[in-house]
Amino acid sequence: MKVIYKLGSDISTDHIYPGRYMATVLPTETPQYAFADMPDLNNLLNSGDKTQPRVIVADNNFGTGSSREQAVSTLVGHNLVIVARNFARIFFQNSINLGLKTVECPEIEAEVGDELEIGDDYLLNISTGKKYKIVPVPAARRAIVEAGGLIAYTRKLLIAEQSR
Amino acid sequence: MGQTLVQKILAKATGQNYVEIGDVVEPKVSLAMSHENAALVINQFKQIFDGLDNPLKVWDPSKIAIIFDHRIPAESRKTATNQKLVRQFVEEQGIEKFHDIRGDEGGICHQILPENGYVLPGGVVVGTDSHTTTHGALGTFAFGIGATEMASVWALGRVLNVEVPQTIKVIFKGKLPKGVYAKDLILNLIGKLTNQGANFKVLEFAGEVIEKMDTSGRLVISNMAVEAGATAGIIAPDAETSRYLREVANYQGEIDMVKPDDDASYHQIVEINVTDLEPQVAAPHHVDNVVKISEVEGLDIQQVVIGSCTNGRIDDLKEAYEIIKGKKVAKNTRMLVFPASYRVYNEALEKGYIAEFVKAGAVVMNPGCGPCLGIHQGALGDGERAFSTTNRNFKGRMGNPDAEVYLGSPAAAAATAIFGKITDPRKIME
Repeated sequence: MKVIYKLGSDISTDHIYPGRYMATVLPTETPQYAFADMPDLNNLLNSGDKTQPRVIVADNNFGTGSSREQAVSTLVGHNLVIVARNFARIFFQNSINLGLKTVECPEIEAEVGDELEIGDDYLLNISTGKKYKIVPVPAARRAIVEAGGLIAYTRKLLIAEQSR
Repeated sequence: MGQTLVQKILAKATGQNYVEIGDVVEPKVSLAMSHENAALVINQFKQIFDGLDNPLKVWDPSKIAIIFDHRIPAESRKTATNQKLVRQFVEEQGIEKFHDIRGDEGGICHQILPENGYVLPGGVVVGTDSHTTTHGALGTFAFGIGATEMASVWALGRVLNVEVPQTIKVIFKGKLPKGVYAKDLILNLIGKLTNQGANFKVLEFAGEVIEKMDTSGRLVISNMAVEAGATAGIIAPDAETSRYLREVANYQGEIDMVKPDDDASYHQIVEINVTDLEPQVAAPHHVDNVVKISEVEGLDIQQVVIGSCTNGRIDDLKEAYEIIKGKKVAKNTRMLVFPASYRVYNEALEKGYIAEFVKAGAVVMNPGCGPCLGIHQGALGDGERAFSTTNRNFKGRMGNPDAEVYLGSPAAAAATAIFGKITDPRKIME
């Protein structure tokens, strides 16, 4: 997977999905506004090839701020993988729920253009040859990931409760 | 080993006597709150039920609250249509705690919930809004979740896969000096902890300053707990909590006076002596970029905002009123006032605050989230600078990435409006 952009620390939900677009809620409509106040990144995403997953690398506290789920659905729509040193809680939980691939990699070093290989417990920067540990998804949340997101997981529980 | 406040609440919400920090639990929800983003919750809720035999019904319509506050009255066709869809859903499902755009009972969700007695100590409250931490001021475990998670709560009545969080205890000691308020305390704390210092953890506020503080001040502190990354910001219920619930919220039922155990285990204990604290300001573009007001005094300000879920309560408006009465807003500055609810608005009308704000040159808007997140009113121009009592100063927050937002108390905001420059409120109070 190729790194297409690098961001710093404290990228807030207002960076990812500015508040003025919050009236747009449907996951099918949110991708166009990803990073709307950063025109270079917005253009890169909207004009790029979404058929292959692409990586954005960030430092600490990615997704800080609001609970707005558009900040996650907008990234899902662009088929992005977010690799960060760590994530803010609500954003992280929303990513699990909506199936956005987030990789917590506290030591990550990567540049735009680098090719990454992401395993279960490691991240290999193929371009530099360096391998990093990643923080595994907490067991509590793995069930949701494995079910294919929270909608599918909740459906499973409802069916089970109905048949009881 | 004893339990923290949150451990006890989660034990109760899962029908157990004890839960361990790190345990994964599925707590029953006492109240599930959404605002306009209920439109997205409804969309996800319908997806959950799509193709199932289960009837499309929320688990308990008496435990769901929906409050319109983010874009009221609607600014666009899209918002108005979403609001219409939500009204239809509320009607179909019989959702009881619905507050529409009305001058008698409308307002911002984080004021509507407490003032109506919807939030009680010992409960679990979830909201599709990060500032749901506000309600921890009433001794409840309250935290923000996304819309899909809320759809799941609407279906099941419980939150799935909650890890019992660690708690950081914050003890405020000493005596609050003149011109220093709840807002200054929480800004000071966020500056010390950083904006991710409490990520995935709970802040529990205690100490003599909190004990003497009214619920209105406690709500300010819990509201901004999330700005340190905290899951929740909780305060053990006490006599003041009961007074608020009885006298302000008009709640007459039982109150669970849940307390943390003396031997509870804390991740960290932070002590702050407030006696010598100066008014605090969060400078752009991060809430933890906190400085003493003297370090930014004199900076030109084009827009002052007083209000929001953080500082739009009657005590906040009084604080601003006492500074601005008999004075004028500076010529090159706009002052916008957003009461947190119509109940607050009406009380401010009766007390003469509103008339005085208007006389001074301020614009008093209808209760709502307004300019705080740049989605509706009060956007900033290129290169402009705002001083606001709201809770976030992220780049672009007030609708313009080429503008700056400084955060402070209502008293500091009112003093700033008078001079059109960041001003220490103690200068007016002398």
